[in-house]
Amino acid sequence: MTRTEPNRSSKSESENSGGGGGGTTAMRVIVPLQGVVQGRGGLFLGSVIPCAFFYFLQFYLKRNRKNEPDSGEPIPNPDSDSASPDPTRSQSVGNLTELASLPRSLSRILLSPRLSGGAVSVSGRASCVIKGGDSPYHVGQKRVEEDPYDESGNPDGVIELGSAHTTKMDWVSEDPGEAISDGLCMSGIASYEPCHGLIELKTAVAGFMSEATKNSVSFDPSQLVLTSGAASAIEILSFCLADSGNAFLVPTPCSPGYDRDVKWRTGVDLIHVPCRSADNFNISMLVLDRGFYLAKKRGVKIRGVIISNPWNPTGTLLTRENLYALLDFARERNIHIISNEVFAGSVHEEGGEFVSMAEIVDTEENVDRERVHIIYDLSKDLSFPGLRTAAIYSFNESVLSASRKLTTLSPVSSPTQHLLISAISSPKFVQRFVKTNRERLMRVYTELVKGLKELGIECTRSSGGFFCWVDMRGFMSSYSEKGEIELWNKLLNIGKINVIPGSCCHCIEPGWFRLCFSNLSETDVPVAMNRIRKVCETCKS
Amino acid sequence: MGLPLMMERSSNNNNVVELSRVAVSDTHGEDSPYFAGWKAYDENPYEESHNPSGVIQMGLAENQVSFDLLESYLEKKNPEVSMWGSKGAPGFRENALFQDYHGLKSFRQAMASFMQQIRGGKARFDTDRIVLTAGATAANELLTFILADPNDALLVPTPYYPGFDRDLRWRTGVRIVPIHCDSSNHFQITPEALEQAYQTARDANIRVRGVLITNPSNPLGATVQKKVLEDLLDFCVRKNIHLVSDEIYSGSVFHASEFTSVAEIVENIDDVSVKERVHIVYSLSKDLGLPGFRVGTIYSYNDNVVRTARRMSSFTLVSSQTQHMLASMLSDEEFTEKYIRINRERLRRRYETIVEGLKKAGIECLKGNAGLFCWMNLGFLLDTKTKQGELELWDVILKELKLNISPGSSCHCSEYGWFRVCFANMSEKTLEIALERIHEFMDRRRGF
Repeated sequence: MTRTEPNRSSKSESENSGGGGGGTTAMRVIVPLQGVVQGRGGLFLGSVIPCAFFYFLQFYLKRNRKNEPDSGEPIPNPDSDSASPDPTRSQSVGNLTELASLPRSLSRILLSPRLSGGAVSVSGRASCVIKGGDSPYHVGQKRVEEDPYDESGNPDGVIELGSAHTTKMDWVSEDPGEAISDGLCMSGIASYEPCHGLIELKTAVAGFMSEATKNSVSFDPSQLVLTSGAASAIEILSFCLADSGNAFLVPTPCSPGYDRDVKWRTGVDLIHVPCRSADNFNISMLVLDRGFYLAKKRGVKIRGVIISNPWNPTGTLLTRENLYALLDFARERNIHIISNEVFAGSVHEEGGEFVSMAEIVDTEENVDRERVHIIYDLSKDLSFPGLRTAAIYSFNESVLSASRKLTTLSPVSSPTQHLLISAISSPKFVQRFVKTNRERLMRVYTELVKGLKELGIECTRSSGGFFCWVDMRGFMSSYSEKGEIELWNKLLNIGKINVIPGSCCHCIEPGWFRLCFSNLSETDVPVAMNRIRKVCETCKS
Repeated sequence: MGLPLMMERSSNNNNVVELSRVAVSDTHGEDSPYFAGWKAYDENPYEESHNPSGVIQMGLAENQVSFDLLESYLEKKNPEVSMWGSKGAPGFRENALFQDYHGLKSFRQAMASFMQQIRGGKARFDTDRIVLTAGATAANELLTFILADPNDALLVPTPYYPGFDRDLRWRTGVRIVPIHCDSSNHFQITPEALEQAYQTARDANIRVRGVLITNPSNPLGATVQKKVLEDLLDFCVRKNIHLVSDEIYSGSVFHASEFTSVAEIVENIDDVSVKERVHIVYSLSKDLGLPGFRVGTIYSYNDNVVRTARRMSSFTLVSSQTQHMLASMLSDEEFTEKYIRINRERLRRRYETIVEGLKKAGIECLKGNAGLFCWMNLGFLLDTKTKQGELELWDVILKELKLNISPGSSCHCSEYGWFRVCFANMSEKTLEIALERIHEFMDRRRGF
């Protein structure tokens, strides 16, 4: 990694990545040097000399470390290293670049082998994952697993309002078996099949995606690659579109899953571009632009921007103007757009119009179509999370080719593919299912918003998806992340409700929470409201 | 409403957006002869009645010899297990919803019990140490992500499964440093070869994080001896590195007594610092002949690795329908005992058929005792004992004999002239036809 600008902040970061806590050390070297050698020469020498010193030190250490395993020196415990980033919190580019751009230095500093008989070490990537398990996202999930709410069986259990697990399927009144043919025979499904999906399934998925756009777009099945879940789809695209050390721009608040899906194994970073409540959390192109240039100035190459539509967590539908503006932005900077359209089939607002990025590029030049990649998730729209089938849709043949090969590492199993072909190829079943789904979501959402309003809690207007973006700033003890976590804790432990605090979604304003309502039936809403009321009362007192 | 960017739309026709190095690299290895032969087969597949002169696929290690046993169990004896049709509806609903990355407990228990059975009860498997992945391919890649950083290396004995070049290296950025094995001792791993490989890595300033073996070996079709496993474990302890044992063919050993799993070695060790460097990969694709089901597992004695693998398995989950479907079958010990026994027997007979047939044609094979293939020596037929010579012969076999077999060079074998020939993915009749073609070819070569 080289930083050519003699910029003071970038110097501090490069010193940091060398040995930890080197920022002030750098200043102590540069400033006096600048004082000794006056004028511009001082600035230059004050930058070059520490730089040169840094590289010689690395070289010296590298040579000496060759003998490390045989030497008798004690090695630091990898778990106590403070430089490993917590994947669930916002990261400055410098910190993550440590992990991504200087992997070998990191592996040597942190994870040098101990003497034989000592504990064997795992990779830097693994260490991050181990440490990241304590975020509110995981803690809440665990509590729900241990003590899940059930109307009759466990009425005091924790109500899951954090993530879209969709535990309720009572509304699937008819037997799904009706839609599933029993003409499936073993020998047809046991052998190796294309990992990226059978063409029959792709055709069915393409049809489903078109249905979500009310047929304003016709999706070509040959441009689809199927994989075992949206996490895998996002990760595959991250591997294909960016190198380790690069970054994607992500307007926030965003899905908490991106920290895992984009960053864990790829070495790619996320640069968060904050949206604000004053703008109704709409994306500001100026702020996006600023994010791009700030990153560039720090030497980070932006390879794309990730958007979701309907937006997770606010539920907003992006307009055509938004999408055209984003395409312009991507074109000017020659970057990709990843459009996460996993909730495309779950538009519950009356008259709400979902516009796919595919529609926008329909009339564009090839060179622009090739920068757009769409993610779709059958599990969300069909409420089949256990079946694990998501899709990448791209106009870029090279991306499709690489993605197809990568799906050997995250394929959809044959019996599942065959089952889905039967289920979603039946137009009657699909139409009924989708209609029932949307109506149910709308009813629950309306009840929820009404209930919250009665408690004095507002939320942003959600037109699609499973989430409500709720304003609880008035109930925090202090307007800070700490205040937000305290409130989250109260909701979980006193109210026994699991919600996602805005900090997990990287929201820049504390006090916002993501509530998932797809798990609720209409009868659960008053129960949830009572729980929230209980917590609100403790906050006011 | 977001403010649109006030810039003119420029026609940047030359501004083609770039892809990553991963996307454009050929580390996926799909351009190698190993995969090229498959393409030839796809274009002209042998079919007994419709295309008797087509290409016979002997490059795909798939197990179809015992398929009838599975079919009869799943379809006739236990229809509710299949979950298809209206009987399966309540199960369908539950399974469509379940999506925890721990996997169905009943399925993990079933996997643990199956793996124990294969090893004749000589090793115990703890349900909570089983992590499910969508296939052994994913399991190997996942372990590599967890055990090694980019530019580190895993030592892998040659010849090895060509897919490792992709699975262990492509996205992980980890390297493979080969442990060279040769025919002088039946391609077994020696301590000298291990040291040599380790030193090669050190000289190139590459940090070694582990050794990855396949036991029984692909492509050799032979089990790794117990002494060799013990030496390997000692080596890994001395160098403080990991040991990964891919035991995907463990249920395909012809005689159960001839297989020693690394789990057996570890079973009698109490020292945690030794145990926690050992990890086993398994899959149902080969032993059960269910590759399309994509069920793989990582079994690790290291708590951190189990925890991390479980979280990372979010990227490669097994559908709950598949888990449910197989859980009942694998827990049925009477069925699995019968299946394992019959499967071994049938594979052994197939192996003997092909080896006898090749012997009659004047071709020797490595003495094997496991797997779905044999390791055939055609070194005496090469014009030149080079990679080029080997590939020329491979091309002749593909084009003239219409047999797709895998050249040793694609498995990184350091001796030229060896070929892997699969025998379990076809009917007995097809195998006979393949042997006839080989006989004719050898007769021609001898000038009859």
